[in-house]
Order: sequence, then structure tokens, then C-alpha cells
Amino acid sequence: MNSLIQRLNATLGADMAGPLFALVAVLVIFGIGADNFFSAATFGSVAFQLPELGLLTLAMLLPLLTGGINLAVTFTANLAGLAAAWVLQAHGGADASGGAFALAAVAALATGGLAGMMTGVLIAYTRAHPILVTLSMMIFLRGLGEFLTRGGDVSGFPAFIATIGHGSLLGLPVPLLIFLACVGLWHLLLTRFKLGFGLLMIGSNIEAARYSGLDTRRILVLVYTLSGLMCAVAGLIMLARFNSVRVGHGESYLLITVLAAFLGGINPFGGFGRVLPVFVALIVLQLLSSGLNLMGANQHLATALWGVLMVVVMAARTISTSFAKSRKKT
Amino acid sequence: MRRFVLAHTTEVALIVVMLVLSAGLSLATDRFLTLSNAFDVLNVSAVNIIFAVGLLVVLISGGIDISFAVAASVVQYLAVLALGVVGGGNWALGFLIAGAIGLGLGFVNAFLVYRLSIISIVATISTFNIFFGLLMFFTKGVSIYNLPDWLTTRVVFYEREMADGSWVELTLPVVVMLICCGATWFLISRTTTGRKLYAFGDNPEGARRFGINIGAMHYISFGWLGLMAGIAGLMQAHYAEEVVPNALYGRELDVLAATVLGGARLGGGKGSVIGCVLGVLMVSITQNGLNLMGVSPFAFKMIVGAIILVAITLSSARLDKLLPAFARARPRTGGPR
Amino acid sequence: MASEPPLLSLRNINVTFGGVRALKGVSFEVRPGEVHCLAGENGCGKSTLIKVITGVYRPEAGAELWFDGKPVAAMTPTLAQSLGIQVIWQDLALFGEMTVAENIGFQHAVNGRFGLVNRHAVQAAAERALAKLGVTLDLHMPLKELPIAQRQIVAIARALVGEARLVFMDEPTASLTQSETDYLIEIVRTLSASGVAVVFVSHRLAEVLEISDRMTVLRDGELVGVFPVEGLTQSRVTELMTGRNFDNAVIASDHDDQPVVLSVRNLSRHREFENISFDLRRGETLGITGLLGAGRTELALTLFGMKPAHSGGIEIEGRPVRFASNRDAIREGVAYLSEDRLSLGLNQPQSIADNLVMASLDRILSGGLISLTRKADVVRRWIAALGVKIGTPDDPIRTLSGGNQQRVAIAKWLATDPRILILDAPTVGVDVGARAGIFDIVRKLSAEGLSIILISDEPPEVYFNADRIIHMVEGRIRAIYDPRRMSLTDLEAAVYA
Repeated sequence: MNSLIQRLNATLGADMAGPLFALVAVLVIFGIGADNFFSAATFGSVAFQLPELGLLTLAMLLPLLTGGINLAVTFTANLAGLAAAWVLQAHGGADASGGAFALAAVAALATGGLAGMMTGVLIAYTRAHPILVTLSMMIFLRGLGEFLTRGGDVSGFPAFIATIGHGSLLGLPVPLLIFLACVGLWHLLLTRFKLGFGLLMIGSNIEAARYSGLDTRRILVLVYTLSGLMCAVAGLIMLARFNSVRVGHGESYLLITVLAAFLGGINPFGGFGRVLPVFVALIVLQLLSSGLNLMGANQHLATALWGVLMVVVMAARTISTSFAKSRKKT
Repeated sequence: MRRFVLAHTTEVALIVVMLVLSAGLSLATDRFLTLSNAFDVLNVSAVNIIFAVGLLVVLISGGIDISFAVAASVVQYLAVLALGVVGGGNWALGFLIAGAIGLGLGFVNAFLVYRLSIISIVATISTFNIFFGLLMFFTKGVSIYNLPDWLTTRVVFYEREMADGSWVELTLPVVVMLICCGATWFLISRTTTGRKLYAFGDNPEGARRFGINIGAMHYISFGWLGLMAGIAGLMQAHYAEEVVPNALYGRELDVLAATVLGGARLGGGKGSVIGCVLGVLMVSITQNGLNLMGVSPFAFKMIVGAIILVAITLSSARLDKLLPAFARARPRTGGPR
Repeated sequence: MASEPPLLSLRNINVTFGGVRALKGVSFEVRPGEVHCLAGENGCGKSTLIKVITGVYRPEAGAELWFDGKPVAAMTPTLAQSLGIQVIWQDLALFGEMTVAENIGFQHAVNGRFGLVNRHAVQAAAERALAKLGVTLDLHMPLKELPIAQRQIVAIARALVGEARLVFMDEPTASLTQSETDYLIEIVRTLSASGVAVVFVSHRLAEVLEISDRMTVLRDGELVGVFPVEGLTQSRVTELMTGRNFDNAVIASDHDDQPVVLSVRNLSRHREFENISFDLRRGETLGITGLLGAGRTELALTLFGMKPAHSGGIEIEGRPVRFASNRDAIREGVAYLSEDRLSLGLNQPQSIADNLVMASLDRILSGGLISLTRKADVVRRWIAALGVKIGTPDDPIRTLSGGNQQRVAIAKWLATDPRILILDAPTVGVDVGARAGIFDIVRKLSAEGLSIILISDEPPEVYFNADRIIHMVEGRIRAIYDPRRMSLTDLEAAVYA
């Protein structure tokens, strides 16, 4: 058994153990508890719901790996969605063309990227704690969004946008495909890009990274800009799924994204973490909520259980490391 | 004087900014600089200040807590239910029940952080989800409007009509807020426990070598915040005259921003009650002033967010760099003489 | 003095961790009021011994411990404190946000009657302790505003509040300048004169020999012996600590026929260094020595592009260069090994492989992406070339010994293919035995044509490993020496003058 675990750890990485065990546990429990759990409907609902939370988690992931955080992800996504919505409305609303949508997507990405870049510049050049900078950025963006929309919805988009939110391609939901592409991109970024290498080095010791010739300020600005861009992708998906934009959409995801990242083995102090375990952790969270839904419970019970799952996984890590230590000593 | 400024940079800076802000606002509107408006601001800020001084103790001891606002919602709900069971109750019983439940929820966090060694931000994000999820699940999001009479009746300790016809009122939340501030100040700056909390937040390893009971520090700090959250929850129910399960959702981050604005440091060892109060008041005064100036309420948050952003950016650039008069002349070979 | 009964006496101390004997039958003795030195390489059992004496670790059965002539059955931290045994840790364990008074009187601040702080008692205790040392400090200043030397004094004063009779000082001079060290030594003498015994744990042999009465040397958990300091030389102490004999010879040679690689002209930076001019030739090793605070590291950081010069110029192979950041310097072939390996030189939690390639990422790119095979090749090649002993390249670098870490740090810079390698205090935290290995590498590199600037505050290191020696005093070049034309004693006399 021990050697099996070791071999698993060697091939998948030690940070994969927690999410994988949680995945197996959730599959077994719901497989037994809910008779129609293993159905196309369950996986369909997971596939359609995963991308929103997933994309926002990817946006949260990079700052977490640098030892920071981006508390403004949800409102950055909203604001990017708003930018897209206005471009669409300015080009005919429900009659807007595909070209207008392309323009709208660019506007969304520009908005998200700009918000992220501002955050990054503030963090890199003032050395203020990222929690503070992004928290005030979050309050500012929320205020800006509410001011611009007067607290209401913006809707009335062309019909083809709904396919982006609800359509399928090759049997897979379009939002899921976009999400999978982003997961792949982030995985490549972290394992093969100079930026990914640098941001991990910054996460465990920014000064040592600077002394080794890494451009730490540039890396920080890029990390938060990329985070903002990923928020914009999430904002566009939300726009397509709800066929409307409202400031506050997805607000409750904010702390869940942090939870998903930690569940996926991201080191809370930064410097260590991979995309794939986080991806598995996201699937676990979504399966948990879909399974409960099947059994007749609502999303709120799932939220509570997400918290419990987090505590259990973290506690298990503590107990297993102290167990390993005590065995080493004797 | 230089020594005082060095030791209390944030507080001094906040007072200066607030004076400038207030001066500007009193020129812009004639209503701002009146006693009754000042009491309005206090009334509105009371609940947040109670939260903030509780959070201060956790921040000083080096932790962070995201769950206290939803914990206060849980307290409100459970306390009102419990009061119903005992047949209405009274203020004394209300404080006792709310305080006890709040303390218990704080201990849950302390247990996770200390016993299970989960770092505080992860532990309290988890309990945030657990508390809120369970509350919404069991209440199905239904509010309680039918509160005991004593809880919804306004308690005014002092009132006076001013010459211009406005009223000065000293209400219960303000008095409770003052007591909470006083108690927290006493705890952190006059008791040995307070010194231990600062020491633990400042240098945990050093504190450990001095034989300070680390477990006790966790239970005291999270317990104190739990207690304050319980009291704040009760005051919020009194003020709003209803219990809405998600009314306080999201409040945690606003309070955190105000507390840190007031000089409490993430990472521990630093912070004061007066700074905390100034931080919350700074936000309230801005909103109050904008309101009096007739600015759209939708613009409030944006402006407040921008102000916090600027303030935090400025306070991170060190004061002694901005004001050369306070810069230390540090000789190159600074041997003690 | 020899006839006095010992203040502390330990016999037959055995401590085992996970099957490894950390202390083997060690005995140790301190006389009242003496200054005693506890010497040995990293991992020899010095800190384990201190922890046994302060009750943190329990020795195995058969151990004997006397204090003040009375046997102590079981030592605990509280008992140690009440007996007057105090430790001043290397990291000082002070509280930065608290005032000087609160730090010194900390015991009083956390043990008041009815759980309340008695501010007068705290203040009075602080004043008494400082008076004992004959020092005045602003009691209400926040500690973080004090320079490191004054913090040291606060830590010593705090130990005295507990009516100390025996004070352990763990590497107290590691981050002090010479004048600060002199001042500390003065304070240790004051303490010793008032009857407090002081045990000094320090790797700086010069000051150990200056201050101590006797020396206990440990090696690999065993007692080598107890020696009167009078008559001991540094090389004899090194031999005792390592059990090996290092015979050094001056290796300096002329490089006048070689091209000038680096030329520094009138380089100045306000309050740090002034009018520095020198040439560095191909294959030459230039030593820079001087006391802490002489501006050595600041000069190095300017050459490495991390601190802009305020005037003067730098030329590399005849071309004037201006560095906006250390990235420009690295591109021009300058590499800098930091004096602070733990927090600046290496990224301790990260893997050996990642640390090794951190400065030379551009060289392992393939199509804009990091090539994992190239990375593995580079790592394998340098690990072998410098003889680094590792488990796997994916282990965190902090699991390596100081000497092996330093080899990886050097490899990191060699991987950038530098023309000029600046080594700032390359042997700090490296065992005496492993230092020779580092210098072997330095010699090999310079033979291959690399130009090296070797910075050290230990004159023997530059004397035996450099071709020329720049002596810096208060930010200026005092003199440039040729090791072949002076004795080590002359160099030391000049540096410590």
C-alpha cells in the first residue's frame, strides 16, 4: 500500500493525493447514495457549471503562487462583462454582428487586463500587501460597476451568444472547451514559460529571485495582468450563460476560488503549486454540489460541505506530516 | 514628539487626513460640521467598530479571520431562536446568549488554527463557507421580523434638541461600542495577556522561547473576536429591527480594509484601538460627507474604494521617506556610544 | 581562580536523535565569572549542548549535572531560568514593535500581579539592567528603530533582568561591525568582572581568542578537549575543530600580461564608498578586505548593477557600461554571489535544479519555452563539475549542507558564463573543513581565465587565495597589497588597526 502511494506520488506529484482521494470519496459516496448519480445529466451539469468557477480560480491561482492574492477577481470579471455588453449594445444590441462580438471580447479583455495591470503596478511598486491592494481594488471596482449600472442588469444580446454559453461542440459544452484550453495554457505557463518559473521563485523568496537577475516587478505586473485577462474570459462566459451582466454576479465565488486552489495543494505561502491538482479539486467541488442537488439539497448545503471538505483535507495533511515526522524520529 | 510620531505613524496620518477631509466637507456643506451629524456618523459606524476592535486582536496576534461577519449572522439567528425558547428574555440574557455563541464560534476557528495547524486564512475561509452555508440551508434564507419588543425598541441614553432643530442622540449601539473599545483597549494594552498577544504576533518563535502559552493566545484572540462578533450581531439586529441571514455577508472585507487602514498590520504585532476606530470612521465620514453633498449613493463605494486604495498606497510608502524631517540619520558605522 | 569550584559542571552527556548520537559522553565546565568559548564546526553538537544545559533536551541516563556545587536531577527551561542561566540566541528573539523598555523588562510585562502590566516595574527593571551594563538607551524608542548592535545590547540587558549568573551568547558578533564588536567585547568584560560567567559561541576565531579565558572544543559530538586560550593560534584552533591540518601557501602571481577585463574609475556612492579605482585582469583574483561597514558589499552591489553609482565609471573590456539593474550586469558577464546565502543568495525552499538555472534561464530556452531536457543537462553537468553532493536535483536546496549549498550557488553563476565573478564572503556558514573545497574551485576557475573579486572580512582568506588585496576603510581604498611582499601578520595588523 505504501509503495503504491509512493509510486502514485512519483508519477502524479505529492500534491495530487488530496484532490484524488477527495474525488474517489465523492464518487463512491454519491454513487451509493444517489441512484442516478452516474448519469449524463450529472456530468452535463458539472460540465456547464465548472467553467465559471474554474476560470475565476485560474485567475486567482497565479497571484496565490506569487504569495499574493487577487480579491478583485469577481468584480473584474463583472466589469469586463460590462465593457463587452456596452460594445454589443452600441452595435445594435440583439442585432449585433459577429464582428461586434469580436470587438466586445477585445473590450472585455482590455478592461480585465487593465484592471489587473493597475493592481500589479500598485503591488510591485509600493510593496503594499496584496490583500490590501486587491481588497481596495475590489471595493473600488464594485463601486465603479454599481455606479455605472445603477445596480441594474444590462441585457439584450444577439442570439448566437447563447450558443457560447449553452452550446456544444463535438459533444462537449463550449464553455468547458474554453475552460480546458485555459487550463492547458496555465499548465504550460507554469511548467515551461520563463514567467511561470519566475513567479514561482518570487512566491518563495522575492529578494533571492531579484538577486538572481529576475525582473520581479515586471513578473508581478504580468501576473496580475494575466489574472485580470482570465477574469475577462470568465466575465464573457458569464455574460453568455446568463444573457445579461450584473455587478455582483458570481460574487459568492470569490472565497471559493481560494478554497479550490488550496484544496488543489497550492502552498498558502506561495512558491509551490500545479494546475492539474487544482483542476481535479474543482471537479470535486462541482461534483459535490451536483450530487447534493440530485439528492434534493440546495447549493447552500454544498457551500457548507465545501468548507468541511477543506478542513478535512488540510487536517489530514497536518496529521500525515506529523505522523511522518514522528516515524522518522523513532 | 518625533518618538510619538514614529510609534504612531498611521494614527497621526489618519488624524491629519481626517481633519483635512472634515475641513473640506464642512466648507462644502453646512450640515456636516454639526453635533447631530457627528452622532449620526457614530450611530452608523457602531456595529463596524465593534467588529473592527475584535478583528484587531486577531490581527495583532498574527492571524486573520474572514468568518466573523457570517458568524455574527449565525449568532443573530440562534440568539433570537434561543430567546424565543426561553420566552422573550431581556437585554442581559440577550448579551449573554449572543456573547456565548459568538465565543463558541471563535473557539471553532482557534481549534482549527491551533490544534489542526491550518493557517488562519484557510481555516476561516472554510468556516466562512461552513457557517454561511449551514445558516442559509437551515433558514432557507428566510428572515425573522418578529423580534422580542425589548430588542427592537430604541434605547436612547441621552438626547437633546439642538438650536437648529436637529437631535443629538446617544443610542445603545454607540454606548456598547464605547464599552467594547474600552474593554479591548484594556485587554491589549493594560493586561499581561495583551503584551503576550503582541509578542506572539510580533515574533512567534521568540514568544515560544519565553514559555508563552501559544494555544491560549489562539483561543483568546479568536475567542475575543467571536465575542465581539456576537455582540455586534445583536446590535445590528437591534439597529435593523430584523434578522436577515445574509445581511452581514461581505461585511468582513469592508471591516478588514478599515482595520488595516487604521494601522493594524497583517502579520501581527502592530495595531491600536484608536487606529481601528479612526479607520472605520474615515470610511463613514467620507460616505456621510458625500451623502450630504448630494452625490449619488451609487458613487459612494467607488469613491470610498478609491480613497482606501490611495490611503493604503501612501501608507505603504514609508512616512519617513515622505517627510524628510522624520528620517533617521543613520551613521554608516553606527556603533553605540 | 583555578581553585574555585565550577559554577556549572556536566559529565557523561549523551543525546541521540533518531539513531544519530548528537553528543557522546561530553563533559563541560564553566567557572564563575570566566569567559568561556564553545567552539566547533556546524553540527558538532554546540547548540545541542546549550539546549541540554537550558533543559530543552533531556540527556540519556547516566548524565550528571551540577550547578553551583549542587546536583540537578532534571533540568527544565523554568528551572534553568530560576538558576540564572540565560541564552542570547543568534536571532535575539526580540519584539520589533515593542519599546526598548518592554523588551528588556519583558519578564515583568508578562508576569504582573492580577494579570495587569505594571509599567513602573517594567521601566525600573529596564533601567536597572542598562545601568548594570553602563549603557544609556532611549527606553521608549520602538525596538525596530534601533541599529542591530543596540538590539544586541537590549538582548543582553534582558538576560540580566533575570539575575543572570551564566549567559550563553550564540554567534553574537555575526552581524556587527568591528567597532560594534569591540563595544560588545567591552560589555562582556564588564559582565565577567561583575561575576557573571559568559559562554561565547562564535565562528570568528580572532575575537574568540581575544576575549576568552578557556575554550572547549567539540567535534562530531565528542569532546576534543578544554584548552587555556593563552598561547593558542587560529590555525591550531582550526586544526582542533576539524581534526585536519591545513597548510596554506600564498598563490599570488602576476597577471600584468593579461588583458584588463574590468576597470573601475573613481567610483563613488554617497555615504557608502568614494573614489574607488582599480583594474581586474583576466584570470586574476582580486581580494577585497576590510571590516564590516567598510563599504565592500555596497561596492560589489554597484558593480553588479543593484545600487547605482553616483559618480565615476565602470568599463568592461574597454567599453564603458551603465547598469540599470543587475540584469544588465549579468548580460555583460558580471556575476555576484551574495554574502547572505540564506535569504538572498539562494531560494531556500525551492529545488536544487531550479536554483541552479535561476540566473541562466535564457540559455535553456528552446523555441521560447524552457526545455526540460536542456535544464536537466545543465543541472547534471554543473553538479558533476563542482562535485556537489546531492540526493536528487528536485530536493529543496535547504536540505544541503552549507558547503554544498555554496557550490550550487557558485554553479548558478557559472551557468551564466560570466567574465567576472564577485564572491562576497563565500565561506560564511560553511564549515571550516569545507571551506578549502570552495577555494579549490576558486583557484580552478581563475586558472581557466575567470576574473574573480573575492570579498572577505577574514584576512587569511584573501591572503592565501588572492593575487592582490585591496584594503578598504570607511568606503575608501586604504592600500593595495601584494601577498608575496608581506606576512599574514602584517595584513592582519593593518586590517585590525
